[in-house]
Amino acid sequence: MPTIEISCVEVWREISNYLDEDISVDLRERMEKHFGACAHCTAVLDGTRNVVGLVGDGTLFQMPEGFNKRLYDKIRELPPNVPRE
Amino acid sequence: MGSDTYSQGTAAPSRDKNSLVQMSAIQSQSRADEAHLIKRVCEGEREVFYELVRPYERMVYATAISIVKNPADAEEVAQEAVLKAFSKLSSFRGESKFSTWLVQITYNEAKMKLRKAHANLYESIDDSQQTENGEFWPKDYADWRPIPSELLEENEIRQAVQHAISSLSANYREVLILRDVQRLSIKETTTILGISEGSVKTRLHRARLLLRDSLAPGIDGCWIKGQPYRKVRPW
Repeated sequence: MPTIEISCVEVWREISNYLDEDISVDLRERMEKHFGACAHCTAVLDGTRNVVGLVGDGTLFQMPEGFNKRLYDKIRELPPNVPRE
Repeated sequence: MGSDTYSQGTAAPSRDKNSLVQMSAIQSQSRADEAHLIKRVCEGEREVFYELVRPYERMVYATAISIVKNPADAEEVAQEAVLKAFSKLSSFRGESKFSTWLVQITYNEAKMKLRKAHANLYESIDDSQQTENGEFWPKDYADWRPIPSELLEENEIRQAVQHAISSLSANYREVLILRDVQRLSIKETTTILGISEGSVKTRLHRARLLLRDSLAPGIDGCWIKGQPYRKVRPW
């Protein structure tokens, strides 16, 4: 694993912040230079990015069928007035 | 460094200034609309309450299932949380977004259910593998080229991702759900979980890398080759 201004371990430590754009410009540049030369870290980056994409897809957690109606029915059973503090 | 706004880094292009202004205006409008709905509910229009919570049904359900880990309990928790939100609505001061407040109630309800059921006696894969302060090293370097999001339409892949998420320990799973599934900001996540910004970032980082290890084609990723999902790790 090459060390190009920044080591692989340092890159792994910051990969999540890199994806969230929560790192300094200087660190970003050094990491990008590292990715350009290190296939291992690029693989870790691609995989982590894929995970963020898959998890954030929005369709991951499907509500059970009829969930909305059952929730609505529960709300209709509530007393008309919100309790006062 | 935008620590309080959610961004996907290189996963999505940065928004330009105009679209940020536009988004901010939409958010302000949305909060004003919500405030109006809350006022109507507090004045006795109970039916309006459903209109208020409807946009967040999925968010509430996803929060619940990320903690209790089964659909029936998650639905019960979601219902209890929504009913509790109604009973406490007059105490909502608008200091946070309504959605954050609702998710926080859901989180507390789900934790309470777990405590009652003693179901958290088993927590899984990674608790014993490293401490939060220790280094985390990826387990392999499988090349995982970008995959089309349509893959998630395949039920099997969705299940593989769900399975991998539910295998995470609670600390990591909760942060991942709030940040990457619900797309809450770091600040909102710290409010809900009652942990520091640093802990949110560390746990999110670990959660993402653990999921990558679990799902990367070089390890468990049979599904990407069109084969049934097969867990090969010992945990």
